[in-house]
Formats: sequence, C-alpha cells, structure tokens
Amino acid sequence: MNAQGRVFKYPDNVDTDVIIPARYLNSQDAAELARHCMEDIDPEFVGRVKPGDIMVGGWNFGCGSSREHAPLVIKTSGVACAIAKSFARIFYRNAINIGLPILECEAASDAIQAGDEVAVDFDTGVITNLTRGESYQAQPFPPFIQDIIRAGGLMNSIRQKGGNKA
Amino acid sequence: MGMTMTQKILAAHAGLDEVRPGQLINARLDQVLGNDITTPVAINEFEKAGFNSVFDRSRINIVLDHFVPNKDIKSAQQSKQCREFANKYDIINFFDVGKMGIEHALLPEQGIVTAGDCIIGADSHTCTYGAVGAFSTGVGSTDMAAGMATGMAWFKVPAAIRFHLTGKLGPRVSGKDVILHIIGMIGVDGALYKSMEFTGPGVAGLSMDDRLCICNMAIEAGAKNGIFPVDEVTVAYLTGRSRREWKVYEADPDAEYEQTIEVDLSAIEPTVSWPHLPENTHTARESEGIAIDQVVIGSCTNGRLEDMQAAYEILKGKTIAPGVRGIIIPGTMQVYKTCLQNGWLEAFIDAGCIVSTPTCGPCLGGYMGILAEGERCISTTNRNFVGRMGHVKSEVYLASPATAAASALTGHITDPREVE
Repeated sequence: MNAQGRVFKYPDNVDTDVIIPARYLNSQDAAELARHCMEDIDPEFVGRVKPGDIMVGGWNFGCGSSREHAPLVIKTSGVACAIAKSFARIFYRNAINIGLPILECEAASDAIQAGDEVAVDFDTGVITNLTRGESYQAQPFPPFIQDIIRAGGLMNSIRQKGGNKA
Repeated sequence: MGMTMTQKILAAHAGLDEVRPGQLINARLDQVLGNDITTPVAINEFEKAGFNSVFDRSRINIVLDHFVPNKDIKSAQQSKQCREFANKYDIINFFDVGKMGIEHALLPEQGIVTAGDCIIGADSHTCTYGAVGAFSTGVGSTDMAAGMATGMAWFKVPAAIRFHLTGKLGPRVSGKDVILHIIGMIGVDGALYKSMEFTGPGVAGLSMDDRLCICNMAIEAGAKNGIFPVDEVTVAYLTGRSRREWKVYEADPDAEYEQTIEVDLSAIEPTVSWPHLPENTHTARESEGIAIDQVVIGSCTNGRLEDMQAAYEILKGKTIAPGVRGIIIPGTMQVYKTCLQNGWLEAFIDAGCIVSTPTCGPCLGGYMGILAEGERCISTTNRNFVGRMGHVKSEVYLASPATAAASALTGHITDPREVE
C-alpha cells in the first residue's frame, strides 16, 4: 500500500476542535462534516486539498476530544495519510479503527515543508520527499494493529473472528 | 518487577497474572459509555457490522448530555436515534432529559462505576472514574460499538508516571488548581499514552470531588488514564452508592514508574490556563487585570456539589460586575435539586447569574453561552483551544469555580482569596 501527494503542514498540538469544530457535530454525515475540516486554523484547506494529499503535523497531533469525526473528516477530505511526531492516543486509536493510515516520524515532520511532494510506503514505513530528494524511516505498526488494518478496520476484524457470538 | 495499580486492573480483566508496559491485551469491560454525539456514530457502526445483540444491557450507558434539551433539529435527530437504540436493546442505563446529567458527573454519582472496574467511554473525559479506583479511558465510537457488541476492548498496557502528593491544599484552592498546575508542569503531551498514578500522604486530604476533577483532566496531559488509590474517602463515597461489589487493587511496592513527580499541595496557588492550551498556566494573581465578558461554572470537570458550593460561598449576597454574563450549570439533576433545596440557585440568580439544567453546552461551543469575536470567558471547563467556545477570535481562560466566581464579581480575573 502506498500514497503520494502534496503536503499540508501544521504545527504541534493540532486539536480535534480545529480539525472539526464541535458546532458541526449535530451531524454524522462525513461529506457534510468534511466541508469544515481544519477551517478554524486553515480556512483554505477544504478548497485546496486533493485526493491523495498528505497531512503533516508535529507533536501530539489530534489532541483533545474522542470524536471519531476528526480522523473521519481528514480521510473524507481525500487525505491519504497523516504523518506526525506523535499522535494523541484516542486519535491514534480512532485512525486505525476507521482506516486512516498514520505514521509517527520525527525526522519527516521536521524536514517536510508545506507543498512538498511526498510518497509513503506503508509496508516498509519509508517516507520519500520527492521535492527535496530525502527519505525518512517511520516506525511500522505492531503486528496486532497491522491485523486490524488488513481486515479493513476494527469492526471487520471482529466480524472475521466470529462476531459477538462467542 | 511489580505492577502499577492500572497494570493490575488490566491484567485481571485480561485474565493474565502479569502484564508489562507496551503489551497488547484484550480486556473484559465492566461498563461501556457513550453520549448523544458519539453514540449515533457507534450505532451506525454496530448496525453496519450486522450485530443484533449487546453483550450486557446493564453494562451499557447512553447519556444524552452534549446538546440536550436539543438545541436544534439535527441534534434532536441524534437523540432520537440513541433513544430508539436504547429501547430496542432495553438498555437499563439510558439517561434522557429529566434524568440525565453530564455523563462524568452522573455515572459516579449513580454508583454505576466503581473501584476495580475496567471502563471505556466514547468521550475523552471518561478518564474521570480513576478517582474511585477504576481503570477508565476514552475511546472513539467504533471502539464503543465493538464494546457494546462483545464486552471487550484492546489496549496497549501503559507505562506510568507517579505523582507523589504531599501537604494540604490552602483555602480556596481545589482539585482544579492541582490538575492545571500539573499540566502546566508536564505539558499537554507530558503523559502521552501513559497512566498518571496519584499517590502519597497528600491524597487523604483530597475530597472525592477534587479527585474526580483531577482525573477528569488527565487527558489534557495526553494520558490514557488517571487513577487514585482506594482509601477511606473512596470507601465512604462508594458505600450505599455503588450498585455492584467493588474490588480494591493496590500497586506493588516494586511497581515500575518511568518518572516520579513530587507535588506539594500546600504550595499550589489558584491557577489559570490562558488561551489556547491548558498547559499555559499562570497563577490567578499573575492573571489579574484581564477583563472578562462571560463566566461559566459547570461541566464534567466542575459541575459537582462542592463546585456549586464554592461558587455559592463567593457569590452569596453579592452582585456580579456590570457587563459580565454569569452562567452556572449544575452537573446532574441531583446536584441541581440539592442547590435548589439549599437556596443556592436563588443566591446565583440574585447575584445576576443564569442557572441552566445540566448540559455540556458552552464547554465545546455547542450552545448556552457561545462567544462572539473578541470576547473573553473565564470557565471551569477543560479546554481552551482556538474556537472551543465560539468564534475563532474568542478566548477561554480555564480556572476553578472559586476563581471563576471571584472573577465574576470584579469583571476581571481575580484570586478568590481577595474577595473574601
């Protein structure tokens, strides 16, 4: 599995309230919610993002609320992968459970700039910066989490193991 | 090597003698929780996966608290979806308008969560229940859906930071000041993925409401959970309240902590977090002179009886400053009723405040106190991110109920010890 696209770069501690403000959470419609993705810190994001683009943050990306709507709107916007130095723990869980690929890599987060063209190989964890001719190695997922991703998310993985009828 | 309190609870619920930090486990759940924002997404996942039964109708909790009484048609639809699901599966702990409270004030009050439990909730502040000696953590809606269906959840066993508490809090200093002070020390990712284990002789002097408030904001330091040992205060709180038998887990004497941080409670001052991160802490004294437009006292962090009492003691017989809007929101119907019986609601209204029935409303910029451009609020809630309570150019200062009430009287941020 691979991704390649243009980078949207954000600072440390991007919180779920700026990813998708709670004032819109009276809806569960992913497409409708995605129209407001990042609008409080980057009003131009929604107009500029293209399928396959890559979001890069710093430390503690996705901190704050447990809202699963946050990774969901990023994915629905067309973003193929999120890279950060670290992810807040509930966002990390939610991204895996809903199938938004995420990678933790300090070097990539430091070096990659907004607008760079970046390719990601999820199997090896290698992130290649085509604009700057550099590459960075991200931590691969532990096998337990790879199983969930391979199954297409948590609910599919439970179903494949026999559902809730023990 | 021994285990921490959190690790012991997780090991017991995974059916293992021992767990180690970083180990991935599947654990049995004692309670599963969701609210009117996260439950609809969980119901969709539950139904999409084709499940047609829940693991235990007495261990699923659905609390309508974020946007109720419903603020608009869309939120009414979401509540309706929760209501229909609760009826279909005969969910015992379904809390609708009239019986509801803010989830993390309500579940401990009703004795639904108890010592030794393993709990997940589709709300980040589910970490609150560590105060009663439970392992409790926030998850997303898909985890809630899986938890409702199977009664199980996967966890990575967390490493721990120990907070060794000594001394006693001074007058008008509360649990909120303790946790804001700690977040100021370690930062908003200072405990990322870890458990915050509160220990030491200072624990005995903290009330249950203080402990609930402290654990509530563990997530604001990035933590997986916060947890207090079970002591006399815990047992007194749970006795006659806990609906199930509880179990006491203690950390091993040789438990491994990545770090031990000393906290002298007697040295903590009334503390305020400035915009736009909870780690931007200053003392209330350093914050004086910052003019405010609105005061909010309530939320899952500070909507309990002691919080209302602190506000009452400062506001009684006085009037809030001209131009300040005072919004007081008791956390549960029981807190609301006790405030009414004690005459506190009358004192709040006489002081010039409004009193709302329980709701998360303003904390997350839902309704019931949204800020306009350039406005500033001192609030007893838990987050002060950009746009959290309204306009992206509005500001939220986080503080205790005492500091918020004192600031309401003067119209600018004020140390509560100065108005008495």
